[in-house]
Amino acid sequence: MKNRRQMGRGKKGRCRCRMLNEVRPGEKVCIRCHHACGAIRQRLLDLGFVPAARVDVIRRAPLGDPIQLKVNNYNVTLRKSEAAQIEIEAA
Amino acid sequence: MQKQTDEPSNSPRPGGDRKKNLLVGLAGQQNAGKSTTFNMLTGANQHIANYPGVTVDKKSGSYKDEFGKIEIVDLPGTYSLTSFSLEERVSRDFLFTEKPDVLVNVLDASCLKRSLFFTFQLLEMGFPLVVGLNMMDVARQNGLKIDVDKLSHSLGVEVIPTVGRRGKGKNELKQAIRQTAERPRGKVLEIAYDDLEPLIADLQKKVEPHPGLTKDRPARWLAIKLLEGDSVTEKLINRDPSTAGVMSGLNEVRDHFETQNGLSVADYLVSRREKLAAKIMELCVNDSGAGRETISEKIDRVVLNPIAAPLFLVATVFVIYQLSIVKGYELTQYTWPILAKIRAIAAGLLPDAGLLHDPYVRSMGLWMVDSANTLLNYVPIFLILFALIAILEDSGYMARIAFILDKLFHAFGLHGQSTLPFILGGVFAGGCAVPGIMATKGIPDEKSRMATILTVPFMNCLAKIPLYTLLVNIYFVQYKSWVMLFLSTITIFVALLVAKLLTATVLRNMETAPFIMELPNYHPPTIYGVGQRAIERTWVYIKKVGSIVLAVSVFVFTFLQFPGLGDERQHFYEQEMNTAVEQFYSKIADNPYTEQLSEEAQLVALINFYNDYKQGRLNTRGAKAAKAFDKKIQARNPDYFLFLKPGTDKAAKKINRALRKLASKRKTLRRKIKEETIGVSILGQVGQAMEPVTRYAGFNWKINVALLSSFAARESSVATLGVLFQQGADESKTLEERMGAESLSGGFTPLHALAVMIFFALYPPCLAATIMVKVQTNSYKWMIFSILFPTTLGLVTASAIFTIGRALDISGIAMMGIFYGLVALTTLVVGLASSRQKSPVDYSYQEGHPESA
Repeated sequence: MKNRRQMGRGKKGRCRCRMLNEVRPGEKVCIRCHHACGAIRQRLLDLGFVPAARVDVIRRAPLGDPIQLKVNNYNVTLRKSEAAQIEIEAA
Repeated sequence: MQKQTDEPSNSPRPGGDRKKNLLVGLAGQQNAGKSTTFNMLTGANQHIANYPGVTVDKKSGSYKDEFGKIEIVDLPGTYSLTSFSLEERVSRDFLFTEKPDVLVNVLDASCLKRSLFFTFQLLEMGFPLVVGLNMMDVARQNGLKIDVDKLSHSLGVEVIPTVGRRGKGKNELKQAIRQTAERPRGKVLEIAYDDLEPLIADLQKKVEPHPGLTKDRPARWLAIKLLEGDSVTEKLINRDPSTAGVMSGLNEVRDHFETQNGLSVADYLVSRREKLAAKIMELCVNDSGAGRETISEKIDRVVLNPIAAPLFLVATVFVIYQLSIVKGYELTQYTWPILAKIRAIAAGLLPDAGLLHDPYVRSMGLWMVDSANTLLNYVPIFLILFALIAILEDSGYMARIAFILDKLFHAFGLHGQSTLPFILGGVFAGGCAVPGIMATKGIPDEKSRMATILTVPFMNCLAKIPLYTLLVNIYFVQYKSWVMLFLSTITIFVALLVAKLLTATVLRNMETAPFIMELPNYHPPTIYGVGQRAIERTWVYIKKVGSIVLAVSVFVFTFLQFPGLGDERQHFYEQEMNTAVEQFYSKIADNPYTEQLSEEAQLVALINFYNDYKQGRLNTRGAKAAKAFDKKIQARNPDYFLFLKPGTDKAAKKINRALRKLASKRKTLRRKIKEETIGVSILGQVGQAMEPVTRYAGFNWKINVALLSSFAARESSVATLGVLFQQGADESKTLEERMGAESLSGGFTPLHALAVMIFFALYPPCLAATIMVKVQTNSYKWMIFSILFPTTLGLVTASAIFTIGRALDISGIAMMGIFYGLVALTTLVVGLASSRQKSPVDYSYQEGHPESA
């Protein structure tokens, strides 16, 4: 319960909103909000995954996971399971 | 390090009162080039310690300017200064307790926006700040033009552009540090939180009356942290009952704000900072290269290409192996004579050898030198290995390896960043678990980190190799390369399986962290940086040799010696020796040189002289060196030398023959005594007592003793076996031949050897490594676990292989194939099963979200 306030808001229950893990390499998207909380959320924010930030999906690792993203001019890798907690919209 | 400041850190310093010595903190995000800046400022003048009570490295160094000494502490590289990770908490504690006079914030100019978030946090903490804008060259290459003056003006602090790797901006930065410490603080940037300001002001007022809180920390910062829900700050407030009231009503205030603004307080704070950073970026940065592909991206397109990536990876590992292990071994040919010389010097300093029994000091001393030498012999290999690994790290490729392999590792509960510890530990052949376990520090996921710590010792460290080589050369000569391939890969499979097992059981409830890793730009590594890291890690290894291994070798030696032979056996051997000596004298009775050897002391001296000569000759290479060596020995004692090289002197020749016979007899007797002594020694008795259990694995007591002593330090296993397998040995036979000869009579088969090798591969880490486990896990429980678990695993596996193989009459090599197939198959099945199970499509975020119900 303690983390409730740190959770991302603005999601609508079971909506079929698009998550970052579903994006194909080469696409450019915008971050809408985070569904993660606590340390993960903080880390993502530190690395520039802030709401409205533009994210380019560069490539998947040779084994399919993790994925490489470009945000604010630098490259970050995320596992798909983490990317699945970032809600995005078309850039 | 403790420093007293009477004035609060955020009040201006009186201009005239010059403080000579300064304490400076160096803060910055990971990959911003903090280490290079640190090296640039301090040069070689640095040392590493731990922050009190934690395993986080505290690197500090110093330099002198015209007014005094500047002590610089390199804070752990973190992405922010919240309280989520240990490093972040350590950094914050340092800043508030030690209160540096100046804080240098290293920024990566090529990704300025992200770096600014960190700078904002430092500004809010209220320390006098200097910004070192690093990697200006990379920024320029990427088409970024940064207006330094405007940036400095926006932030209200001095900004010094630097290129840490080339030492550019060094003097300017030093000057700025001095100036910032002396100048009264001007107006620095204050982040405005618009709609939150009333709440911040309110909380600030509540905090201000409590000097216990505001003595070290600015009130505004406290207020913001409380609104953010920072757990450490909350704890600080709640600890003191008089301040606990500050927190009352905070939750309601936060909830109210959220319903009003449709955004949580934490998100709102982030959005304000983001907006400010964007504003500063717009003002100060001109990005002409936007959208253009950078050099790093061009390299990555090739290096991370799905087809090329595995090839590059394999090629890299192959090059590391070739250069460090293969070439390194060649180098040891040149370094070994140095170690042999040290041994010779030690032997000369210690009391002389007796005829049958050596003085205790001598045998113990030589034992210690030998133990140390075996390990120091690996130093060239480690220097090369560690330098290559440092190149991988500094260039940025190591992060790519983690990216490529993460899925594989993750399927077994490990982490992409487990790669480095495994390589250091010796994936294929050759490494050391001690630096390997140390390198697990970088793994952010606690569960994976523990699993890595506990599985790194399965890797084939350099010290396991001699035993493998020994057994393979005796029992698997025709399958040599197959067995070596088996040994170098089976340990990887086992490590993966064990990691999976541990993370699914004992480590199940450990904290995990996401895989969020930056792929830094490629940088050419600097010679200084690489050399420093290689020497640092090698030094850790040498220190291990110097401390733990030497101390333990004394214990092993003692346990192998005591209680010693009974009087009766002693007497027996003395008789034997006396007979030999009498024979010698009778042979040379009518010899003109007899006078020189009439006393026993002279005889002993001659035999020792003879042995020294033989030893020394073994270490000389080439005819020229041999001649020079002969000359040297001749000069030492021309009379005795005549008996070693009699030439045409018939009488001397006779003595030479008798001497050789006597020396050989003496050697045999001494070996017999040694073996018998070990047999009745404490360790020998333990080894015998263990036979009923280890017999299922096919180990006799000799093997048991070797394995026991190898726990002290792996390399001693071969030395102990060398003493134990020596019946009837004369000098010309190698240990291989002796063990081979004994195995024929003792029924030792390749199956036995296989069981020993498997056990040795799975055997617990050596003592030094278990101590490192203690240091890295901060728990004796895990240290003991790291000993017991692999021992059980090894014994069970070895017993299964041996007992089944024996019962079904399967040959050693066939059993090896079966076992290998079984393990490889299990690994494959487990790996596939767990990677399927973790399919992200199944991810649902409903859990724990009350409003989604």
